[in-house]
Amino acid sequence: MAGKTISEKILSAKSGRDARAGDVVISRVDCALGTDGSTPMALDYFEQMGGERVRDPQRVVFALDHYAPPPSRQTALLHQRMRAFASQHDIEVWDVGEGIGHQLMVERGRALPGGLAVGADSHAVTYGALNTFATGIGSSDLAAILISGEIWLRVPQSIRITLNGTLAPGVYPKDVALALAKELGADGANYQALEFAGAGVCTLDLEDRLVIANFAIEMGAKNGIFPADEKTFAYLGGRKDEPVEADAGASYSREIRIDLDRLTPMVALPHTPDRGMDVAQAPGIAAQMVYLGTCTGGRVRDYHQALGVLRAGGGVAPGVQLVVTPASRQVLETLTRDGSLAELIAMGAVIQTPGCGSCCGTCGAIPGDGVNVISTANRNFKGRMGNGAASIYLASPATCAASAVRGVITDPREITG
Amino acid sequence: MIYRARVFGDDINTDYIIASRRKRDSLDPAVLRRYLFEEIAPEFAASVEPGDVIVAGKNFGCGSAMEVAVTAVLGAGIHVVLARGFARTYYRNAVNNGLLPVICDTTGITEGDRLRLEADRVWNENTGSRIACEPLPEVMRKIIDEGGLVAYFRRYGGFEAP
Repeated sequence: MAGKTISEKILSAKSGRDARAGDVVISRVDCALGTDGSTPMALDYFEQMGGERVRDPQRVVFALDHYAPPPSRQTALLHQRMRAFASQHDIEVWDVGEGIGHQLMVERGRALPGGLAVGADSHAVTYGALNTFATGIGSSDLAAILISGEIWLRVPQSIRITLNGTLAPGVYPKDVALALAKELGADGANYQALEFAGAGVCTLDLEDRLVIANFAIEMGAKNGIFPADEKTFAYLGGRKDEPVEADAGASYSREIRIDLDRLTPMVALPHTPDRGMDVAQAPGIAAQMVYLGTCTGGRVRDYHQALGVLRAGGGVAPGVQLVVTPASRQVLETLTRDGSLAELIAMGAVIQTPGCGSCCGTCGAIPGDGVNVISTANRNFKGRMGNGAASIYLASPATCAASAVRGVITDPREITG
Repeated sequence: MIYRARVFGDDINTDYIIASRRKRDSLDPAVLRRYLFEEIAPEFAASVEPGDVIVAGKNFGCGSAMEVAVTAVLGAGIHVVLARGFARTYYRNAVNNGLLPVICDTTGITEGDRLRLEADRVWNENTGSRIACEPLPEVMRKIIDEGGLVAYFRRYGGFEAP
């Protein structure tokens, strides 16, 4: 019998059958996340399906992150409805200000190696960094999980992404993600898993892997999954883990090799994340708004990288608005303790409530007409940040910071030398 | 039944189908339908007629997993989307809500073409051409046949052993 990929092995274990790419299986879910973007609709489905009780409330969690804080009465009512349902059914709620659900899934050990974790939000793929089979689902799926604890899944074929070498100074995991999106295209991995492998993996810390796994969906992938290693176990502390490795004879639809040493700082041009180009080749593009945050680029390490460049460059250029939205309260607390937050504020940064913030225009600062935004986010679709007349560029925290320093999209190595 | 083709291009993301911000005010498909494709085809929502189908290129429904991008389409009275390919979350949400996703080569279909659907093919009455389409896997077919996951769960109370 041929060997299996990591995704095939996890879905075999969770469905109790010999699952191979292409099979459709019914699987038990270890943890399901509902956000305020998707859960209200799931509660409608729950009622319509005739749901009365939640099968396994301990395996469900709700995050109030898209409307944090609620910018309107309607969104405040959505939150009230979610809190009431959660209280009635004994479901944990991560309330306004605690952070982005995806970040909390990782911080609080809800996603673990070898597990199956889903989120009713496309960026649930993020937890693949921890060797979790993690994928985005819809509101109706979430309702079905509330009732049955199960989900139907087509077992994906896997693309093997072999990473070699180490990143050069000034080059970051976001550049790996943008390079990969450029290579594969916006639908290059549709219905498939990205399985990361190679000697380069162990050079990336967990926070780095989160950035790359988070981007899997921007190539259409069902999930992006890393092997577990000492860094994974260290990150998880004492939490339970049952890592899953790929079998030697596993079958892949294709293999892509990336030499980390050869990568350079990248920027994705509007309006799709796969339109990456070398920042050094980007013609002088003015930036009026710089956004540091999101489930891609709103962690402590991202802010430290950005601050390093901002300091070296002497702060933010006149006319540039710097907006900061930490991915979680824990991130905000760390930045407060270590002085980073005060430094950002002194440079003129606007600090928003931990959560999704401005990323998809659901709350927080919205760019004006004709404004160029450079952001640490994962998506730059037209209208994404709440104004179709703005243009969004995607880059690493360091490149975003360098662009804040100059007011023009800039290679961070020009500033840090 | 003869359908009328409403043609879009490649990589139509969910924010183009229905802007995220519209969810703030209402989740009601009857309301959201007014804003369908407003960023890329502002005249579309007002011009939808019964029997219209969406015809798209590759990667239809990419981007967010938000389900309103499916229910808003259904709310406009559109029950079928033909595309060269779908983003997986959109495909999934379509199946779960009873919106039929048909994967086929849509390159020869132009705006307003009259289309007839059969189990494994699409006839283009304007060009006289026949387009083969991929069959749905069993589990998905059963959900679609029930009219979506709501009807499926009402009937079976959960997932049956496949």
